[in-house]
Amino acid sequence: MRKIFLIFPLILFITITIFLYKGLENDPSHLPSALIGKNLPQFELETLLDREQITDKDILLDEPFLLNVWATWCYACRLEHAMLNELATEGIIIVGLNYKDDRNLANDWLNQRGNPYLFSIFDSNGSLGFDLGVYGAPETYLVDRKGVIRHKRVGIVDEHIWLSEFQELYLSLKGQNE
Amino acid sequence: MIAEIGQLSLILALCTCALMLFIPILSIQFQNESWLRLSAPLALNQLFFACFSFVCLSLCFVFDDFSVKYVAQNSNSLLPLIYKVSAVWGAHEGSLLLWIFVLSGWTAAVAFLGANITVKFRSHVLSVLAAVSISFLLFLILTSNPFDRILPIAPEDGGDLNPLLQDFGLIVHPPLLYMGYVGLAVPFAFAVALLFSERYEKVKMSWCRPWINVSWAFLTAGITLGSWWAYYELGWGGWWFWDPVENASLMPWLVATALMHSASVSEKKGTVVSWTILLAILAFSLSLLGTFLVRSGILTSVHAFASDPERGIFLLIIFIVLVGSSLFLFALKGHHLVSKPASKGWTREFFIIMNNMLLVSITTIILIGTLYPLLSDILNLGKISVGPPYFDFFFVPTTIAIAVFMGMSVSSRWNNGNFDESLQRVVLPGFASIALGLVTVVVIDFTSSSYDFSWQALITIMVASWIVLTLCEDIVAKIRSDKLKILKNKSYLGMTLAHTGLALLILGVGLSNSYSVQSDLLMSPGKRANVAGYDFLFKELIKSDGPNYQSRKGIFEVSYNDRDQGVLIPEKRSYFSGRDIMTEAGIRTNILKDIYVSLGESVDSDSWSVRLYVKPMVRFIWIGGFLIACGGILASLNRRNVKVSSLNS
Repeated sequence: MRKIFLIFPLILFITITIFLYKGLENDPSHLPSALIGKNLPQFELETLLDREQITDKDILLDEPFLLNVWATWCYACRLEHAMLNELATEGIIIVGLNYKDDRNLANDWLNQRGNPYLFSIFDSNGSLGFDLGVYGAPETYLVDRKGVIRHKRVGIVDEHIWLSEFQELYLSLKGQNE
Repeated sequence: MIAEIGQLSLILALCTCALMLFIPILSIQFQNESWLRLSAPLALNQLFFACFSFVCLSLCFVFDDFSVKYVAQNSNSLLPLIYKVSAVWGAHEGSLLLWIFVLSGWTAAVAFLGANITVKFRSHVLSVLAAVSISFLLFLILTSNPFDRILPIAPEDGGDLNPLLQDFGLIVHPPLLYMGYVGLAVPFAFAVALLFSERYEKVKMSWCRPWINVSWAFLTAGITLGSWWAYYELGWGGWWFWDPVENASLMPWLVATALMHSASVSEKKGTVVSWTILLAILAFSLSLLGTFLVRSGILTSVHAFASDPERGIFLLIIFIVLVGSSLFLFALKGHHLVSKPASKGWTREFFIIMNNMLLVSITTIILIGTLYPLLSDILNLGKISVGPPYFDFFFVPTTIAIAVFMGMSVSSRWNNGNFDESLQRVVLPGFASIALGLVTVVVIDFTSSSYDFSWQALITIMVASWIVLTLCEDIVAKIRSDKLKILKNKSYLGMTLAHTGLALLILGVGLSNSYSVQSDLLMSPGKRANVAGYDFLFKELIKSDGPNYQSRKGIFEVSYNDRDQGVLIPEKRSYFSGRDIMTEAGIRTNILKDIYVSLGESVDSDSWSVRLYVKPMVRFIWIGGFLIACGGILASLNRRNVKVSSLNS
């Protein structure tokens, strides 16, 4: 009888472990963005480089594209930049959203490190960022040719993330296009 | 180069541990007991390598070697030197290295301070500790290597240390907490070694007890400090949030508290042995579980650490191997540890075991509360979190019950427990504490206009005085019956100190909850506000920039009935890299009362949201915690082994 009691902690432990294992598959920081499946919010801002007025209507491109939130003050953006350059050379269109930044610093940065962006939207007071629900830079959105947001990634997009989260969706969106 | 040497040093530590693990087996293999003497020098070796590796990582930080990824992520050239050093354990990889360094320290301490332990048993204990070290060294080297480089192009400057962590609190809080967390590995190792030996002797428990006390004391100090840190740094004016990470440290503490008491029963009376062993295993399991919950990122919390599924799996494997195998061993061999049947009657043992049950129950409730969001997520009940109301609902009544039994156990005997006698002894303290509670609350109500009668305060004062008065009664009784000798006993003094500390802690929690007055306002420079009779004048807002941040400081002049109470300077910092915002509260304190101002957000050009607090007795929480920790240390210094070791020979 006594021996049975001694096994009890082990059984309890196994049960808890199974739940912990299951729990690993869940990601508590994965908060589905309310904007997925919706159009990009309306905005009217300037571009970073040549100060042209640009609105949400202007970025309805003929192709799906990435909207990348970046800033010179963002350390992680430096790490991400090389990957963006590489994606751009593969012909993927990337629109930048320069978030709460200084125009001169931002242009210097692009001169130094290369410009992967078709153009960058200059969002100095973060209004578009607010509408998008940006947590912080970097963030990357995949937008289809109708301007609908299809995927959102908070944090750096590296090769691993690109392959696992973006590529397939991107190619299928691009396929619909043709 | 330094990074590579540090890395190599880690691998050497791993090899040392592997050897230490197999020492008992080698000694059996070669039929030569002198092998067992090797364990202690090996433990020292391990400490050397772990320490060396830790120093290497610190040097990488000091010399701004941003080619090391971990350094680049957590430090930059503007960071003051002291934070560069403390940044070593500011994130995942480095704090794991600290974990291992501390564990090596404990292992070496057991090897050299445990000189009274028989060589064979000590070698077994060290072997178990080596197994724990190996698991974590592998984890560190394989999944979270702090010495990884960013090659070929190193960034010219680093990111930044989380600003929340740029504080004195960071320098001391994690190491203390780790001393406690990891220290629980020692009782765990004793428990497993005891299970292997298949025979219980009281002397083995007496070897183990000081280690339980010391690691418990460190854990207490770490939790206390963390709570103090949260109070002045997070800017919310709270000191405990029932956050998963806080719970992760509270659960092992509660079980270790139970363990400490049941170990005293097992040593003195030779009873409840398997229960004590189980508690030793559970206490360390819970600190492993805590590490897992915090480091796998399986739960969200204010401590928001980066999550990585690969690390999570690895930690889970460590958890399964260490805890699973020890519980398996317990199921298999626990029945060998035959102890005497528990004593009958209203003995001290009875009350201690009652409190043990309560401590384990409340731990279970906290565990359920902490894991519930996870469970509901897995079972598709939606993402929910369990808040303070749940924890308070269970925790408060349990604490009261524990306090009542605590007084009873102090007033009862180890042998021949007689209910009438115990009752006789507690009548006076009992009535006195009820009277004291009523009188104090009435006095508070009459002397101040703003306070209302509070049940919470009444019960708090009654419970706290019950704890103290039963202790006083016991001391008086000891003096009367000429047992003065026991008053020189460090174990007894430590108990008295820790129990008094708990009484103060309860007072602090209960009274600051009942009598705090809080006000959230919009204020601009030049404006006044009145909270609980205190007049706050927001005099001006000044800019003052630090080496790596911009800051705004509010200057608040406080007065009470036109008497000047000094100036409070709450601060809001914005760090250059990352643009994080940080709040530092302005606190004016005397022991009985805290006046607390924290700056919120600037609403327009010159008005700010401001939080004003008057919190009585809140200091007692940390003073109490500090006394509890001191009590634990004091008790561990007791020279209890003299009598028992003669039994052993």
